Amino acid sequence: MQQAHVRGLSAVQAMFEAAKRAERAAFMPYFPIGYPTIAESIEIIAALAQTGVDGFEIGIPFSDPLADGPVIQAATQTALENGTTVRVCLDAVRQLRERGVQQPMMMMGYLNPLIAYGVEQFVLDAKAAGADGLIVPDMPPEEGAEFAETCAREGMAMVFFLAPTSSPERIALVAQVATGFIYVVSLTGVTGARSELPPDLTAFLERVKGAVGNMPLVLGFGISTPEQAKMVSAQVDGFIVGSVLVKAASNGAAAARDLAARIVEAIR
Amino acid sequence: MLIETNTTNVPDARGYYGDFGGRYVPETLIPALDELIAAYNEAMADAAFQNRLAHLHATYTGRPTPISYAARLSEQLGGAQIYLKREDLAHTGAHKINNALGQALLAQRMGKQRIVAETGAGQHGVASATASALLGLECIVYMGSVDMARQQPNVFRMKLLGAEVRPVESGSKTLKDAINEAIRDWVTNVRTTFYLLGSALGPHPYPMMVRDFQSVIGTEARRQIIAMAGKLPDACIACVGGGSNAIGMFHAFRNDASVELIGVEAGGCGINSHQHASRFADPSVGRMGVLHGARSFVMQTPDGQIADTHSISAGLDYASVGPEHAYLRQTERAFYTSATDEEALSALQSLAQTEGIIPALESAHAVAEAIKRAPTMPKDAVLLVNLSGRGDKDLDTVMKALKL
Repeated sequence: MQQAHVRGLSAVQAMFEAAKRAERAAFMPYFPIGYPTIAESIEIIAALAQTGVDGFEIGIPFSDPLADGPVIQAATQTALENGTTVRVCLDAVRQLRERGVQQPMMMMGYLNPLIAYGVEQFVLDAKAAGADGLIVPDMPPEEGAEFAETCAREGMAMVFFLAPTSSPERIALVAQVATGFIYVVSLTGVTGARSELPPDLTAFLERVKGAVGNMPLVLGFGISTPEQAKMVSAQVDGFIVGSVLVKAASNGAAAARDLAARIVEAIR
Repeated sequence: MLIETNTTNVPDARGYYGDFGGRYVPETLIPALDELIAAYNEAMADAAFQNRLAHLHATYTGRPTPISYAARLSEQLGGAQIYLKREDLAHTGAHKINNALGQALLAQRMGKQRIVAETGAGQHGVASATASALLGLECIVYMGSVDMARQQPNVFRMKLLGAEVRPVESGSKTLKDAINEAIRDWVTNVRTTFYLLGSALGPHPYPMMVRDFQSVIGTEARRQIIAMAGKLPDACIACVGGGSNAIGMFHAFRNDASVELIGVEAGGCGINSHQHASRFADPSVGRMGVLHGARSFVMQTPDGQIADTHSISAGLDYASVGPEHAYLRQTERAFYTSATDEEALSALQSLAQTEGIIPALESAHAVAEAIKRAPTMPKDAVLLVNLSGRGDKDLDTVMKALKL
């Protein structure tokens, strides 16, 4: 039962410590609740958990996902048509915990549905459902005080972003307010598979690493192959793979599970 | 005439108008917004920049646009005297050029050669394509495929002006989706691209910048109406989609306590039908939220998904409203009402037949409010209506709606 395990910020920190001991990065797949159907999305996440991934970014669908590319736009649109609400997403997390999924789960959602739900209530209910933290792509730190305070009080991780355009001042600010980890966007752009990682990635990561102390860095956007995963595993504390898994899932749960398993294998 | 900046207490340094505004965008764009704020403040403090814009307005846009006294319409209604600020006579046929030229000059000053813009009715797309052609900038306009179908002439105009029009097939395929796609392009090409946002919405500094560039409307109109009517108007009336023509008119009158400021939203098939774009009028769907970078009133489902809107006018068919309007309403400085599709169509015909002016369907919403109010007011009362654009682009829609 989950009561035996720590949850929240401590669980996120423990995930990075374990990955560090294994001399690799933590692999955190993104998957949205409600795609291809609500029931299948829960099955897929449960199947991914079996492959030995380290954590999850659980997507809450939004009608206007302006940081997402075509694959996640289409999948989350389908999820909305399937009746996926914030409440349904929290219930999915509860079901996954009941089925024994132990990895940290970060709730990833755009701000408006969370405001409609109620900021404080959302953090409380996410915690009660068994989630460990929160990622809001359209909420920079300046606008995130209420979430940050509530998460701090409830022991939940509150993640903020850095991008290749971030100035030294932004890097310092985000390092100060983020808890759990910093989500480092690999490129200027939206989510989606890319054949190549950006050429200036290493220099960008070095710039960030020098300024954030011990705060774990999780790289996302564009990572799509086991080879790329292996490459970034040596450079950061964690990485997120989303669009390519969602695309694989359109061919069935097994395809998504197999891809995740190959990525897990590649970084061992 | 130089544009005055920072003459109000809003927005504050964080881009807030009371509870509204802010910068709710992905982190990638924050440095671009910081750069834009700095460049904008520097440009507006530079007389050479402002003189260049004023010179273009005088020699290219056709400013000042006149005010026309609507004598026959006023007489027919039997009450207040109606005056029209003729933004329909500005180059490209709407007020949108005021902002597009200002921002395009700023883009050029910042060394950005690539412009992206969104458009609903196509008026902002045409204005952006025009300004880009004039200044030799590359221009890409995102437009929902539904809007492309209902505003074909404007699509063709943009193409003639050398812009690339990219159809948007996501979501409701209208203005909101075009903004999403323009922001995605901007996030991707942020280092080389200037996002030329067309209304007083989006993340700070856009609502302030668009207001300032549009404030030329009210600044001219205030002087003109005093000269023509011998006094300030009793009320200014303007339609409100994102709200740029309205804020441009209201801004110069904000300290004139006797002047009522009236914004007219799209009432669509009527507020009770829930098929409308009246963010302020229908608390069952219009609530505080965040869309496209700003906290404001947003039409949404109980679960916080952005609701589909309806208006016969593509330019008012938008789920949120500029944050300064939400603030003016909250502080009760401005009053917001709505006109239905039917009322707008009827107002369009009245104005055409009494004054020989075919307004844009957007502007016809403001005319509809004047038609409602004028008969209830004394004959020495003055109503100033912002006629934000001309109706040529809407002929097809109007013909279909009137079954001509």
